[in-house]
Amino acid sequence: MAYAAAAHDDTDHKPGFFTRWFFSTNHKDIGTLYILFAIMAGLVGGALSGLIRWELAEPGIQIFKAGSSVQLLGLIEQSNHGYNAVVTAHALIMIFFMVMPAMIGGFGNWFVPIMIGAPDMAFPRMNNISFWLLVAAWVLLITSMFVDGGPGRGFGGGWTAYPPLSTIGHTGPAMDLAIFALHLAGASSILGAINFITTIFNMRAPGMTIHRMPLFVWSVLITAFLLLLSLPVLAGAITMLLTDRNFGTHFFDPANGGDPVMFQHLFWFFGHPEVYILILPGFGIISQIVSTFSRKPVFGYLAMAYAMVAIGFVGFLVWAHHMYTVGMGINLRAYFVAATMVIAVPTGVKIFSWIATMWGGSISFKTPMLWAVGFIFLFTVGGVTGVVLANAGIDYSLHDTYYVVAHFHYVLSLGAVFAIFAGFYYWFEKMWGVKYNEFLGAAHFWVMFVGVNIVFFPQHFLGLDGMPRRYIDYPTGFSYWNKVSSIGYVITAVGVVIFLLVLIEAAIRRRKAEANPWGEGATTLEWTLSSPPPFHQFNEPPVIAPDHH
Amino acid sequence: MLSADPARKTTSALGRRNLRVAIICGVVLAGMVGAAYAAVPLYRAFCQLTGFDGTIRRAEAAPTKVLDRKLLIRFDANVRDLPWVFKPSQTTQEVKIGATGLAFFKVTNNGKTALTGRASYNVVPEQAGAYFQKLECFCFSDQTIQPGQTVEFPVVYFVDPEYATDFETKGKTELTLSYTFFPAPTQQADAAATSSPLGGKAKAGL
Repeated sequence: MAYAAAAHDDTDHKPGFFTRWFFSTNHKDIGTLYILFAIMAGLVGGALSGLIRWELAEPGIQIFKAGSSVQLLGLIEQSNHGYNAVVTAHALIMIFFMVMPAMIGGFGNWFVPIMIGAPDMAFPRMNNISFWLLVAAWVLLITSMFVDGGPGRGFGGGWTAYPPLSTIGHTGPAMDLAIFALHLAGASSILGAINFITTIFNMRAPGMTIHRMPLFVWSVLITAFLLLLSLPVLAGAITMLLTDRNFGTHFFDPANGGDPVMFQHLFWFFGHPEVYILILPGFGIISQIVSTFSRKPVFGYLAMAYAMVAIGFVGFLVWAHHMYTVGMGINLRAYFVAATMVIAVPTGVKIFSWIATMWGGSISFKTPMLWAVGFIFLFTVGGVTGVVLANAGIDYSLHDTYYVVAHFHYVLSLGAVFAIFAGFYYWFEKMWGVKYNEFLGAAHFWVMFVGVNIVFFPQHFLGLDGMPRRYIDYPTGFSYWNKVSSIGYVITAVGVVIFLLVLIEAAIRRRKAEANPWGEGATTLEWTLSSPPPFHQFNEPPVIAPDHH
Repeated sequence: MLSADPARKTTSALGRRNLRVAIICGVVLAGMVGAAYAAVPLYRAFCQLTGFDGTIRRAEAAPTKVLDRKLLIRFDANVRDLPWVFKPSQTTQEVKIGATGLAFFKVTNNGKTALTGRASYNVVPEQAGAYFQKLECFCFSDQTIQPGQTVEFPVVYFVDPEYATDFETKGKTELTLSYTFFPAPTQQADAAATSSPLGGKAKAGL
């Protein structure tokens, strides 16, 4: 609002560089900052997963030992703990600093106000705070990797941070720094969620009723509610960890009547909605793209919207399926099995509606559509293994094996990330004002598609053979598929290089963007604006016709 | 846009509506943080009420019905952060469901000062927590042992006859009762001067 008054003469006046990017209150600029941040964090998190695959390429210790090339650089510690710290950092970075900033902070900030015909977010300055809190959280998390954790440098207890490993198991300051990082990242997301809820409820253009909102807006609205309801529980749980560690409380310490299992309940009450927070905006993005490139309105709009509501709601009632092995009674397990499987119903509604949208459509397989179809395929594979794991009886064997790793990477690493890339290419011209190279974009998709499948599909076999997660080493019997998986990582890394080439090529060639490169299928409001959109849009709110869907 | 008077009026009206939604969100946020902390006493009450997670309940009177079916009870004893030797006097006992059993546990303080400990306890399988009940136990209160002293503590327990009807437990023929002695909170305040509240690096065994 600070410079909104200066723009009343309708010239597209932009503030100077420092004011524009550091004190930004413009939703599009903040969205851009979030996306650049997510790309940076994704490269760091991806590099960490490279260390993991390098280490696991062969049995024995490859790089987490004295004298290895990576150890000599000082980036990692030469110990088994060093490996665990890398696994933990990979998870936290990818979840809190890559997927969430890209989907919610990035695409959400950029396109939610435009799609509902609003001039900006409801609280532009709070939007700025959200972004910079995330940067502060990032600094804390990275610092945590380089200070003493207790057993070694950094925190090595996994993103779940179960006590007692996160209390008496890590006596150093690394865990405290990680807790503060999560506090700040959580505060950032909660402020963002309040901003989205307020914007979507109050700032829709005339005629843009709730049931006419694009599905991406629906997905961000539901995600914001999940954030608002689940993140405070995480904040409470990790604050209890913090006071258990430093101030002599005994929330999770059995010596004085505490119970470590209660942390698991609190954590997963947050953790399960969290995985839907990661994927729901992706559902929204995919709905927009599938509809655009099939030149048809999305099939079953209302069912699609309320399927997301149902997924979000039921997502709060299934948390204990992450902890079948803690010794719950059989009735309780039966409930969580049934509730978990129920989620497959609204998810199936979405998958089949996407297919029905494509059915009989005039499909063009541009890069965003390739990613979207890739998403539908990979997410379905991950969903099927999810239904397998929902069975408590089967989960007893597969708990904490690579089967679980393969499952959640299929829905997140492949599902959510493919949705992010789909959205990135879909809105590329709109955001950057230049065109990407279609050949490079398609090459990026195919190399990445092959790569990630080679990384993660063999991990199903490893898990079914009983290979446990979170170990630096394994018996030689597991070496074949681990080798294959590591080769897949190299292919994926080539895909990431192609992605960087796409950015560089587009930046050098600077082909002028069109307002709407996708034609008649692109019906949402962002395509009525220029590419990039004016610094301030919709000073006169657009009026939405009733037949929008 | 903001300079025109009617526009400003609508803008501030929007601002008020925005603030209202934000305040509601803030209340929800505070409520969820509160709910996370409320989970602590609720979870404890739930476990004590239902025997969930192997929590053992304290009983006032023994059951009147004794079934003609024996269970094998195993005993386990552990110590954390105390210079004590803590062992069950018997490794197993056979008792009939509903009958009262008597077991002994021996504790020796090898430290140089009198120490106070508190025993936490648990039973496996967890589902049996609802039926394994104690009439008399050293775990009901803190225990102080003099240096060099050995004390033998009795535990009077029974397994509720409903154990034999619950479909989760009726097929299980063995139970394990486990105790762990921790320094009592008063003891920990004294010990805090010498070691961190978490027991330090060495105690974590890392």
